[in-house]
Amino acid sequence: MSRQTESAEEFAFADDSAPGDEASTADIARGLRGYLVGLFLAVLLTALSFWAAGTHLIYGPAIPIAIAALAFAQMGVHLVFFLHITTAPDNTNNAMALAFGVLICVIIVFGSAWIMFHLNHNLMPMNQLLQVQR
Amino acid sequence: MSGYSAYSTTVDAAPLGYGEHAGARGHGAGGPASARIVIGYGFWIFLLSDFVMFSCFFAAYAVLAGQTAGGPTARQVFDPGSVAIETACLLLSSFVCGLATLAVAGASQLWTHVALLVSGLFGFVFVLLEAREFAGLVEMGAGPQRSAFLTAFFTLVGCHGLHVSLGLLWLGTMMAQFYAKGFRRNIRHRFLCFSLFWHALDIIWVAIFSLVYLVGTVL
Amino acid sequence: MNILGKLTWQAIPFDQPIPLTAGATVIGIFIAVLVWITVKGYWPYLWKEWITSVDHKRIGIMYCILGLLMLLRGFIDALMMRSQQALAYAAPGYLPPEHYDQIFSAHGTIMIFFGAMPFVIGLINFAVPLQLGVRDVAFPTFNSVSFWLTATGALLVNLSLVIGEFARTGWLPYPPLSELRYSPGVGVDYYLWAVQISGVGTLMTGVNFVTTILKTRAPGMTYMRMTMFTWTALAACLLIVAAFPVLTATLAMLTLDRYAGFHFFTNEAGGNAMMFVSLIWAWGHPEVYILVLPAFGIFSEVVSTFSHKALFGYRSMVAATMVICIVSFLVWLHHFFTMGAGGDVNATFGIATTIIAVATGVKMYSWLFTMYGGRIRFTTPMLWSLGFMVTFIIGGMTGVLLAVPPADFLLHNSMFLVAHFHNVIIGGVLFGAFAGMSYWFPKAFGFRLHEGWGKAAFWFAFVGFYVVFVPFYVAGLLGMTRRMQHYDVPAWHIWMVIAAFGTLILACGAACQVMQIIVSVLRRDELRDLTGDPWNARSLEWSAASPPPSFDYAVLPRVECLDAYWRIKQRALELGRLRDEPDYKPVEMPRNSPTGFICAAFATIMGFSMIWHIWWLVGVGFIGAFATFVVFAWRDIPEYVIPAAEVARLDRANRDARRQALETYLAQAE
Repeated sequence: MSRQTESAEEFAFADDSAPGDEASTADIARGLRGYLVGLFLAVLLTALSFWAAGTHLIYGPAIPIAIAALAFAQMGVHLVFFLHITTAPDNTNNAMALAFGVLICVIIVFGSAWIMFHLNHNLMPMNQLLQVQR
Repeated sequence: MSGYSAYSTTVDAAPLGYGEHAGARGHGAGGPASARIVIGYGFWIFLLSDFVMFSCFFAAYAVLAGQTAGGPTARQVFDPGSVAIETACLLLSSFVCGLATLAVAGASQLWTHVALLVSGLFGFVFVLLEAREFAGLVEMGAGPQRSAFLTAFFTLVGCHGLHVSLGLLWLGTMMAQFYAKGFRRNIRHRFLCFSLFWHALDIIWVAIFSLVYLVGTVL
Repeated sequence: MNILGKLTWQAIPFDQPIPLTAGATVIGIFIAVLVWITVKGYWPYLWKEWITSVDHKRIGIMYCILGLLMLLRGFIDALMMRSQQALAYAAPGYLPPEHYDQIFSAHGTIMIFFGAMPFVIGLINFAVPLQLGVRDVAFPTFNSVSFWLTATGALLVNLSLVIGEFARTGWLPYPPLSELRYSPGVGVDYYLWAVQISGVGTLMTGVNFVTTILKTRAPGMTYMRMTMFTWTALAACLLIVAAFPVLTATLAMLTLDRYAGFHFFTNEAGGNAMMFVSLIWAWGHPEVYILVLPAFGIFSEVVSTFSHKALFGYRSMVAATMVICIVSFLVWLHHFFTMGAGGDVNATFGIATTIIAVATGVKMYSWLFTMYGGRIRFTTPMLWSLGFMVTFIIGGMTGVLLAVPPADFLLHNSMFLVAHFHNVIIGGVLFGAFAGMSYWFPKAFGFRLHEGWGKAAFWFAFVGFYVVFVPFYVAGLLGMTRRMQHYDVPAWHIWMVIAAFGTLILACGAACQVMQIIVSVLRRDELRDLTGDPWNARSLEWSAASPPPSFDYAVLPRVECLDAYWRIKQRALELGRLRDEPDYKPVEMPRNSPTGFICAAFATIMGFSMIWHIWWLVGVGFIGAFATFVVFAWRDIPEYVIPAAEVARLDRANRDARRQALETYLAQAE
């Protein structure tokens, strides 16, 4: 299929990036550095997560939140260093699509949880007691 | 070509849109984007739909995690040691896949195949460990039919494992294609899609090991 | 283990006259058509030009044909339901409950998944690439796979009529009724595999069109120069990408419950049946917006064309579309207010539901203001649009009424609800699909549809709709529940009888649609569209020939403004001549491929064998589908080249026709 544009030379601006592509793939050393930094950060965050799960240094009920925050950070590390999703203008479409996807995931997870954990709202307390057991 | 819009001289020829990218290809003013961008973006959208599907399984797990029906609880079935090794395997697999991306960009047959092989081996170890974990659980009577919690756990983690397994099949196919057809444009496009897929699976694993395994052992 | 799994001769309903006769008739017609094609020697043409086609126009037409056939099948189910309910006052009627339950389940499943969705997707397929000024979608072979997987789903549902049974759970199979214990037969399995397989196809369509619209457009076409139909197609496809994975996941959970003894939704071991309801409607609500948003887009095109005026308030229309797109994901609990989530949750979702009506109101006002001050032509598409405006407003208002949780507690699952959703789906989606069909038919086939029969079809549909569904509103307010095989409340009977007569009026409308097509084909030379612009329209697709050549445009048009083709025409009139002939170059087009058809054939085998537990055949199907995919991925030459001379020949023919029309017009104007 003829994907080449027939536009004239005055429209010779920089193209978008495909998701996963770096802006300049020619510089291998720079690319390698990016992946190494990403690996290092990911290992650090993973180790912290495992540590947080077993430690007594964090206030007990806050541990799940700490783990979730570390997971969120690590997902960001993957997105930036491995998937090269940035906020640069050549990545706008990719970032917007990701934002849309994340929004839907959040709505589904939190919406479903909110609904499901309210379904015993008008029922006897015994059932609510079972709900709290998590 | 210029004759086709001979009388557009009276019209403002500057493109409408935003910033310096208004005239770029794929931004409307520049016409259709290149094949690599179209293919990569399409696969990205598909991956996001896959994330949505996983979020449904996460939601089901969140709802059913407490429903152990008198059977084994999370703390009784989760093994943090095995999970740590599996996490390391996937993370290293993802990292080496990134190295493979560099090798493909540099069009090196040797390094591409070495990196893909190593990446695949890490992935394979992950699948083996997970299969062993599942088999062990089933044997001790903690299979998916035991309770809603175990159903949700097996489905969520199993779905991820199934994606990894299919990814390994894909990885093998990519190795074969690079070997047989070299670094042809459309094969490099497919590899772009594969690397997106592989990194995305690691992102999902981050959510799984954190929110399912670690939180499960804490609560 | 039996080599044929659960499949035995008992699966064929020899003892039930109605499905036996119906099935035999359909099979008979099917075989007759196959024989006719063989005798006439049409197979090479059909295979080369249609079955293996990756051309968005051909795929779009096939989708629309599938949709129309399935609408007819679903309508026959409706005729049976109405006649049953008209007769079954303090009487058993003629359909036993096991049979009646399958009919209303099949009616809903077929109408939504295999009638409305294919019809809407078909129109999107046909028109959007043309409106974008490009040659095809981003992934043409995937497009073919999408269509054939949808056809697989339709085939499986129709197979259930003659081999086995269909689900008795309604069109959304709520557990615990749909669990293995209470539905031990194959009915729910037919539903699950048909919908799952076609759902994969639909998801691929969503990905395809999001990519096409966002990344491949003609030079100069920025977002704010896209047509409204393209915008609504984008919103609908974003919703497909966001919502269909939820359907896949939820049905997979039910499938695992049924096949592997899992406990997602079971009564025992901690399962939660209500979670199915929540998750399935998290898909189900966006689904209806997937259906109706493109219909809104069609109305924007039709109303502006036949009011001879640019669409009023383009920017606010775009904003309203995207608002509807996002908010449609925030309202799904309104389908189960009565499930017990409490006042806070119910109120939140109720308010969100009323907010989404505001955006639709913005659109309504835009259409009205477009018509105001315009020169209106009451063609068939315009009639469908006017009928839509009246009907959809009523349906929308009853929706806002139902959005109030205390009111919904009385009206949930009553005939009032049934009236509401038919009101908006028929008034919105069906009328929109027919408007789109009659609007784009000349572009697709090169001749217009017969106006007389089209108008008759509209009036029968419009009047028939009210005669059927106003009684439903009344019956609902009188307390009648939906899906009743029989009842003994005298007050409801008269309304069911009136509704049954209404279906006869609708049947006349359907007959008129069929006649319209037959007469138009027979009289196509009189109705020929010579220039490619039979309606004096505004958007780019009308600058192509009717039907367009395989490559759509000889040279991608350069877009300078909204309603790009209108500007081109105005200039031609000012200057008294067409644009200069473009510099013709060879055009690369994607090769046709049997991948879609063969993948779907294997998917059919997989689905059928999963339903009947023929495990070895499942393996065959899976390996076959995978092998097909690998073969496709391994091909070396994915494209073919159309030489510049051929491109020039086809384009010049159209330019000659248009030049003649322009000269005739200018001569008359003097």
